[in-house]
Parts: sequence; structure tokens; C-alpha cells
Amino acid sequence: MNYFQLFQVPAQFDLDLTELGTRYLELQRNFHPDNYAAGSERDRLLAVQQAANINDAYHSLKQPLLRAEHLLALRGVKISQEQRSFTDTTFLMQQMELRELLGDILHSSDPYALIDEAEQQIQQQKNVLLHQLAKALEDNQHEQDLQAADIIRKLKFFFKLQHELELIEQQLQD
Amino acid sequence: MALLQIAEPGQSAAPHQHKLAAGIDLGTTNSLVATVRSGQASTLKNAAGEDMLPSVVQYLADKVVVGKAAIAAAVSDPHNSIFSVKRLMGRGYAETMAQVQQLPYLLVDQQGLVAIETAQGIKNPVEVSAEILATLADTASQTLGGELTGVVITVPAYFDDAQRQATKDAAKLAGLNVLRLLNEPTAAALAYGLDSGQEGVVAVYDLGGGTFDISILRLKRGVFEVLATGGDSALGGDDFDHAIVTWLQQQSGETELSHQSLRQHLQLARQIKEQLSASDSYAFELPTTQGALALSLTREHFDSLIQTLVRKTIRACKQTLRDAGLSADEVAQVVMVGGSTRVPQVRTAVGEFFAAEPLTSIDPDKVVAIGAAIQANVLVGNKSDADTLLLDVIPLSLGLETMGGLVEKIIPRNTIIPVARAQEFTTFKDGQTAMSLHVLQGERELVADCRSLAKFNLTDIPPMAAGGAHIRVTFQVDADGLLSVTAQEKSSGVSASIQVKPSYGLSDDQVATMIQSSMQYAKQDMQLRLLREQQVEASRVWEAVSAAISADAHLLGAAELLEIEQALSELKLVAQSENTAAIKAAIDKTNHITDEFAARRMDNSIRQALQGHNVDEV
Repeated sequence: MNYFQLFQVPAQFDLDLTELGTRYLELQRNFHPDNYAAGSERDRLLAVQQAANINDAYHSLKQPLLRAEHLLALRGVKISQEQRSFTDTTFLMQQMELRELLGDILHSSDPYALIDEAEQQIQQQKNVLLHQLAKALEDNQHEQDLQAADIIRKLKFFFKLQHELELIEQQLQD
Repeated sequence: MALLQIAEPGQSAAPHQHKLAAGIDLGTTNSLVATVRSGQASTLKNAAGEDMLPSVVQYLADKVVVGKAAIAAAVSDPHNSIFSVKRLMGRGYAETMAQVQQLPYLLVDQQGLVAIETAQGIKNPVEVSAEILATLADTASQTLGGELTGVVITVPAYFDDAQRQATKDAAKLAGLNVLRLLNEPTAAALAYGLDSGQEGVVAVYDLGGGTFDISILRLKRGVFEVLATGGDSALGGDDFDHAIVTWLQQQSGETELSHQSLRQHLQLARQIKEQLSASDSYAFELPTTQGALALSLTREHFDSLIQTLVRKTIRACKQTLRDAGLSADEVAQVVMVGGSTRVPQVRTAVGEFFAAEPLTSIDPDKVVAIGAAIQANVLVGNKSDADTLLLDVIPLSLGLETMGGLVEKIIPRNTIIPVARAQEFTTFKDGQTAMSLHVLQGERELVADCRSLAKFNLTDIPPMAAGGAHIRVTFQVDADGLLSVTAQEKSSGVSASIQVKPSYGLSDDQVATMIQSSMQYAKQDMQLRLLREQQVEASRVWEAVSAAISADAHLLGAAELLEIEQALSELKLVAQSENTAAIKAAIDKTNHITDEFAARRMDNSIRQALQGHNVDEV
């Protein structure tokens, strides 16, 4: 299913999220199963499926990574599930350093300072990559799409780091 | 084909008639029923003029007593008077024995599920809850002068799949048509939201008799979007009572209590708790085996007895805010729900945490039933111009057991429902035709720490070489938060059959048997009931398709239209007969013939829903 088509928004990485949200609510207002509570059994089932599709589509378009993946899938480029090895040594070094930084937080005398530092670094790298991703996806060219797939793989590492950082922060607060 | 109806809001094929619908708050301690009359939602009173029905069921050898009379009998007949049955819904015997505080009735193991030994034999929590629901429905149909078309029943947002399913089974057993299981906090927000037109982020703090829920919602132009929900389905005002009972036991030195005196202690504890909501200390007499003991408890001491429990709720608030990605100061309003929020320490703690004066203008005991009534009125079709949209989330993650006793999450908690996620599996042996899936709910990584929902056995997989068959399993959670699973082999398109073994629930067959043998239907002809059900469904289908044709005949070719019209007139004719099987066949035929039409109309109405926008063609 083409999620961009479902929401009638242009199939591009750069999306107006407010507009997306408005259209999502309009669709749900029409297709939420609550509209069919008094309907026949088949219609109720169809409504659940349709509303689930709309939710899934919204979920995928809302987040930049999933949106990029969906866009690539529509262009026939799949992000391979298996671990592809990275040849980009700069990226690998960065990852190792950040991992070490995260590992140090709980043993540090000033953990919040380290958290801030890690957060800043992750955020900065993420922004750089997101910017590159947007550019690579702009022209709908196969070569650039393959590059975009690589950037997505890298970004996933940063999103994972960010999630781990949140868990560490929670641990500290509890 | 309601899909089709919705494209024409407010234009129903049938003439507009007011249908009777009710909202039911099936609570741990008290239950209520409410309805909307002349645009106003209010709770309904029984013949004795009371709207709160104590959730107590007494089983006597020859009859069942529900409510106040059952409480009165509780001290003299503790084994047959079932209190707080909500805490046992969808629970296993072993886990209940490990978790639940001492109860004054006898729990037994019913094929792994918890059940209660009574004068009428073994009763499971679904049957006990059905008695309460039937009593409330009676009150409603007597007050409103007619049979209820449908009901909305509220459940704690934190209820897992097994608990929700048990609630729905109870309604089925009571002979009720459930329009929706609605989360209690959403119902409360609905009651307040419509009254005062609030906009912004709202927290609903719901501390009932046996359950605690905290939900964070965003309200905006009729949309109630649940951002996150959390809580504890085994924490509530009952625990305050138990804390007092423990203190009473310390005072009297009686470590072992008979079921009868435990019941007496619990009633005294409730009284003490209620008194301390209004005054600073309370003096009373505690009956013991050595005679009455004069005691008094101060509010301050009571506060210290329940401090850990209150803190536990605040910790859950913190976690839920975090899940919503918000801080406490972004919450504009706090809605208080549940009788236990009358305890002053609870109000203080919540007010301090959110730095806001908690909202209590609607009676915290009634606010949920009122919200449910408002939604029931909309769902049954009495209010076609309603512009509310309730977007709920799944409270606990759903996952599958993988190698090594680990859980792989398929649908994370706080995902908006309905939701469907597919997962692919492959066979690992040549000619393998079956496989088994274990579905769990919870946040932890180990199978042992999550709650087992069901084991699904997939059979009839076409035999292929190892790794050849790709089975796509779809997990779907509907708007009630209930899970269903379907499976299909991808290359052959063959649907695998699924046998569901609920871990803490009843199978469809068990529910059917219970309905047949239950008191409600003993006098009724089961066949007649089945016939009636098919007739109702036939008229729904007929109405829906007719409305679809009158709105969208242009989507059909002449031959298609003729075929559908023929099916419709056949359906109408057969529906008047008393042949259940023939009616069902006619319904299936009509559904089959109109499948393609439904799909076309769906596409068309999506386009219409977004009409007026600048459409950039993709």
C-alpha cells in the first residue's frame, strides 16, 4: 500500500507533519470502528482493518526513518535485514566512542553532565545524517537511493543509542 | 455495509428512531448504569431508588442475590457472598493465590482458572460478573421501558487481553450486545470534556476499589487522543482496607481470622477509611474473640499505613508521563475518578505531583458511567452529528515467545488501536504442516515475567521442503483492545487453521456452553435466540447495502447492480422465515456478492474524506 497516496500527500521525504496529522484525523473520523458499532459483522471487521491500516500508515509516515524506508520500498529499494558490514571507519570509531561514553555514565560523579554531552553528540550526528538522507532522497535516482539506504542503516544505530541513553537516564531517576 | 453508510453522515436509510443504549461501569466495589435522555447523561436508579449497585453477588441454594442485600448477608454467609470479583477476571488460579490478599470465600482451580466454590456449585468470575451486568441491564430496561439495543462497558485502561475478554464474555452471558469496551479514563475524560469543552493535556487519575489507572490524554476539537496509559490492575481502595485490617490485627493480637471475622474486619476498615476522609480521627469498637476492644485511629496514622500504596500510584504517574513524552507541568488538568480519590492523602499527593488542583466537579463514583452512556448513545446511532473521536492505545506490549524463553515484541505498548502487525515464520522441517505460537503480554524480556495470553496452533500448512513455507501471521487488536490472530501461507495463499488455547480465559465453546446452561436462558429456547440473532444481522446487512446502493449505485455496472438487488430481495424474504441456516446462508451470499462493491466504496470514501485538499498526485 502506498501510504503517501492514502493520505494524499506528495511522496517525498520532506513532509508537513501538521498537515499529515490533520488528514490522519479526518480519515479516522470516517473510518474508526466506532462509526460502525451498529453495523453488520462484516462491516465491523472491515472497519477494524481499515482503521488499522490508517494507523499503521500514519505511524510509518510520522517517523523520519520509517518514512524514508517506505519511500525507498515504493522505489523498489529494500533495506536489507541482515547486518551489512560498514566500511566507513569514521562512523565505526564514532559509534565506539559514544558506546564508551554511555558505559561511563552510571559510574561517573556527574552523570548528568555526561548524559548532556552524549545527547548533544547523538543529536548532532543524527541531524547531519537526516540532512544527508533528505538530500539523497530528493531526486529519485537509483544510485542516490542506495546511498540513502546506507544512511538509514547508520541512523538506526543513533536511534538505538538514543533509546539506550533514555533508559540510563530513567535508571538514574528511579 | 456500514462502511458505506458513513459517507453520508446523518442520512440513514431507516427512519430515525431513538434506540435504547446504556453505559455500564462494572466496578470492583460498586457498579452503575447510565443513559442519555433528552441530551443529558445521568445514572439510573433501581426500584429502591439507588444508583450505586454494590458489586456483590450472593449465591443461595435456590436463588442469586445481587447488590445491597448480598452485602447484608456477607457476614453471616461469607463463603457464598462474592465481593470484588473484578480482581479475579481473566486470572489464573496459581497467580491469584500468590497475589490476592486473603479473601473470605473459597477459591478453586477450574482448569487453571480461578473460580469460587458456592452453594450453587463452582462459579467462575465471568458468571459472577454476568449476574451484576444482568441486574444493571434490568434496572435500565425497567426505567427506560424497553430492551437495550446495546451497551458500552468500561474497563480499566490497564486491563490486559484476558481481562478484557473475560469482561466481554460476561456481557455475552448476560445477554447484552456490547457496542464497545471503553477504557475508564477515556470515559471520564469524555464526561468532563463534553461538559466543559476542555482543550489541552489532561491526566486522569483513577483509583477504584481494586484497580489503579493513570492516563494522559490530549483533547482537541472532539478528539480524545490517549497519549499513554499505565497503572496497576491489582491496586486500589481495597488495599487501603487491607492495610487497616492488618493494623487492627496488630492491635488485637489475633493473627488468624475466620472468614466471618475477616469479613467483619473488612467492613469495619471501610467504615474507618470513609470516616477519616472527613475527620481527623475516628473511635470505634473492634469485636474480638475476647470481647470488644475500644480503639481509635488518627488520619495521620492512617496516612502512614497507606503511604507506600499512594507512592506506588505516583511512581506509575511518573512512568506514564515519561511514556507520553511530557513533563508534569505540561498537564493542564487532572481528573479524579473512583471512590478512593476521596481519601485526602490521595488528593494531596496527586495535586502536588501535577501541581494542579484535581478536578472533582462530577461525582468520582459516577463520572465513568456517565462517559460510557455518552459514548453508548453515539455508537448506537442516536447522535449522527457526533464529532467525537476516541483514539485509544494498547496498554501493554504484545509479543511472541522465541528461542530461549525470550519475548519478541510485535506491538509495543501505547500503540494506537486498532492495529495490525504481520510477522513471517518459516518451517524448519521438511513436510512440516503445523506450528505453535505462544503470545504474551507485558514489558519484560523473559517469557516467565510476562503474562501468557494464548497458545495458537497453526495446522493445515501445505507440506513443503524445510524453509519453503512462509507463514504470515497477522496480529490484530481491535478498538476494544482485544487480540485476534490470522495466518496464511504466502506462496499457496492457503489459510492455516488456528486453534486458540487461551491461557487465562474461556474458549468460544466454553462460553457457548455456559450461555446454554445459564440461568438467564434456561427458560428460553436457545434455537429461538440463534434465529433472532441471525434475523437482526440480516436486517443490518439489508439496511447497510440498501443505503450503499442509494448513495453509490454509480460505482456499479448494470449487471452487478442487478445481482446485488436480487440478493437483497432474497435476503429480505428469507429473513422472515424461521430457518436460521437459510438466513445465515443468505447473509453470507449477500456479503460475498457485495465484497467488491464495499472495496470500491472504501476507496471512494477515502478520496471523499480528503476532498477539498490540494491533492498533489503521486
